[in-house]
Amino acid sequence: MKKIMTGNEAIARGAYEASVHFASAYPGTPSTEILENIGQYKEIIAEWAPNEKVALETVIGASIAGGRSLAAMKHVGVNVASDPLFTFSYTGVNGGSVLISADEPGMHSSQNEQDNRNYAKFAKLPMLEPSNSQEAKDMIVDAFDLSEEYDSVIFYRTTTRVCHSKSIVEFGERQEIAPKKYEKDFHKYVAVPAIGRQLRHTVEDRMNRLKTYSETSKWNYEVDNKASIGVIASGMSYEFAWEALGETVNYLKLGFTNPLPKNLIKDFCDKHDKVYIIEENDPYIEEFARLESKNIIGKDLFPYTGEMTPDVIKRCILGQVIEGIETNTELFVGRPPTFCSGCPHRGFFYELGKKRKKIIVAGDIGCYSLAVGEPYDMMDWLICMGAAYSTAHGAQRITNLKSDDNRRLVAVMGDSTFFHTGINSLLNTVYNGGNTINIILDNRTTGMTGQQDNPGSGFKLQDDSAAIGDIAAICKALGIKHIRKVNPNDLALVKETINWALELEETSVIITDWPCVLKKKYKDEDLDFYKDMWKTKDIVIEDKCTGCKACLRCGCPSLIFNADTKKTSIDANTCVGCDVCLQICPFDAIVKEGEHE
Amino acid sequence: MNKSIKLVGVGGQGTILAAKVLCSALINGGYDVKMSEIHGMSQRGGSVSSEIRFGDKVFSPVIEKGDADILVSFELMEAARSIGYLKKDGILVLNNHKINSMVTLNGKIKYPEGIIEDLSSKVETTVINGTEEAIKLGNAKAMNIIMLGALVKGMKLEHLDFEQAIKDNVKPKFIELNLEAFKIGLNK
Repeated sequence: MKKIMTGNEAIARGAYEASVHFASAYPGTPSTEILENIGQYKEIIAEWAPNEKVALETVIGASIAGGRSLAAMKHVGVNVASDPLFTFSYTGVNGGSVLISADEPGMHSSQNEQDNRNYAKFAKLPMLEPSNSQEAKDMIVDAFDLSEEYDSVIFYRTTTRVCHSKSIVEFGERQEIAPKKYEKDFHKYVAVPAIGRQLRHTVEDRMNRLKTYSETSKWNYEVDNKASIGVIASGMSYEFAWEALGETVNYLKLGFTNPLPKNLIKDFCDKHDKVYIIEENDPYIEEFARLESKNIIGKDLFPYTGEMTPDVIKRCILGQVIEGIETNTELFVGRPPTFCSGCPHRGFFYELGKKRKKIIVAGDIGCYSLAVGEPYDMMDWLICMGAAYSTAHGAQRITNLKSDDNRRLVAVMGDSTFFHTGINSLLNTVYNGGNTINIILDNRTTGMTGQQDNPGSGFKLQDDSAAIGDIAAICKALGIKHIRKVNPNDLALVKETINWALELEETSVIITDWPCVLKKKYKDEDLDFYKDMWKTKDIVIEDKCTGCKACLRCGCPSLIFNADTKKTSIDANTCVGCDVCLQICPFDAIVKEGEHE
Repeated sequence: MNKSIKLVGVGGQGTILAAKVLCSALINGGYDVKMSEIHGMSQRGGSVSSEIRFGDKVFSPVIEKGDADILVSFELMEAARSIGYLKKDGILVLNNHKINSMVTLNGKIKYPEGIIEDLSSKVETTVINGTEEAIKLGNAKAMNIIMLGALVKGMKLEHLDFEQAIKDNVKPKFIELNLEAFKIGLNK
């Protein structure tokens, strides 16, 4: 059977064919759809974990117990999971195990462009890099065999274009493999120093054996086009190179990239007048190849940043710049992403914005990072998942030292980020007697990545029987005395609550409790609680609208201001009736539909 | 010779479904096909695009500046934003429909004027009132398949089995509507 699939769908298909027993992930672009698709296979136990470290640890346990197991995460997620990863490298596996790192050259949806191939080298792990969906599937199947043969977790590195582009995949047969037997093995799995010192040698032995494998791996091969110039590439860069240069060069395609095949690379370089190494981000292959060969052109020609798309390759090697039709920048304006109509973050940030001069806002990763833009301007910094509370605490400590600065730190993060790594940050604040104001924007889902479930949503990846983590109870258990829960669409209540928190000298928490407008699944008890949710739209009584534009300050995309008539109207197709604009209007010109004469 | 097709619009306009139907017909027609999407912000009012490349053997799934044989824009301003991707002798198929962005909604900046005049003076352009036609058909969302029909005409792909591709990719109750929509586009 043949099907056009994204790389992420193909990875899931590969996991099914390889008889994977257990898979875990925390959502993150561009990796999210791997677990969403694996979850469709009833043969695989698939779970969302609260963070990447937990995901990898569950996978390690599954492997030790004898199951084939897989963890998937975006590149920065590997930072979170790196602690268990480095020791998992020492212990090795029982059931085969794969860690998928989805990197982001070009940073389409990420805060940095780290090249995680360095992790494979750093943690001494065998690495595979697919170039298209067929390879994405086939390499996963092979990865589990390699993992068991070489007793190591496989570092499977993919990138946005492989994850999200579609190409044709020929399916294979599913192997039916039962979990292996588990027998207690103190000298393999208990990484105390005495055993770690032994395992340290095991790791070097393994890497030496893998050096031999790399030379003959089916994933490393030459393509001979009878040319005098060579190109070495891996991953999507290989496809881009073919597109740009076609049959004018010979190729050394590398799919197994740690350890790199020393002899293959040296022989290939020796055979050619010159060799271009085309790779995105770091000179990972280049630095290795330069130890053996001198006729190499790499980052001295190609950029370190962004994707190595065919236009970049053509520009660098051939000096070609392809001109399209001239763009007239006066004919279009920006289309910045914004909070959806009915987004529960809107009301909160509208009220918080009135305190802008009295506060410093520590941001975090999630939809609420959109508050960085107009009209909110509600973010002083954003570092990584879970950092809002901890960076705010550090900043408040220093601000408190200054006699001429009495600003308060407000830290904002969502429910999924709170469960990810926010809890420990908040524990630190209250433990150390901090006086920051900590917001949990609880919209009952993981919004930015496409409404995945989390420990507070009531649903799991594969069914709806999940326990619900009670955020207020967790905060209370951490030792926080000042906790309030508010409906963020009730502006008077939000305002009063922010004022309450600003008066406090101790750690406080405000939980905003209203669901994401895109949330797909609700428990019956949720529907009882949110009973008046989005029943009646809001409308403008045109005669009463003075054109003052006060409502526009809430930044709702359903509000349309007509510059000719100087009146606002509400787009009935997108308004859900959250009532934020209705409460802002100073002239009572906005009302619930059907509630005016 | 490989061909490149770029569909652009605003989140929610159905570019992804149109691209899916197109890919389906191309694969059944025996072509190698690759497709690329950039998503993530689509539900939050951002610009979206789908890129389809097909031929005997396709390597890159990405369309670069000056590389598209046809640009199909589901929205007026998005055509102007993406026109640089079109080859100088490429074809523009344009839905004559405006969707405001945050900056034009709140009255700070006016929605740009003169887009059709400017673009049609630079490149072969087919303007379609796709949204209007779809509303006449009874469902504004069918605009995407009207645009697909016009794309198929522009790329001379009429020999492929689009009826089957629509049946394979559209919910049963919308098949008739979309077959009608496709015909409208094909006759533009």
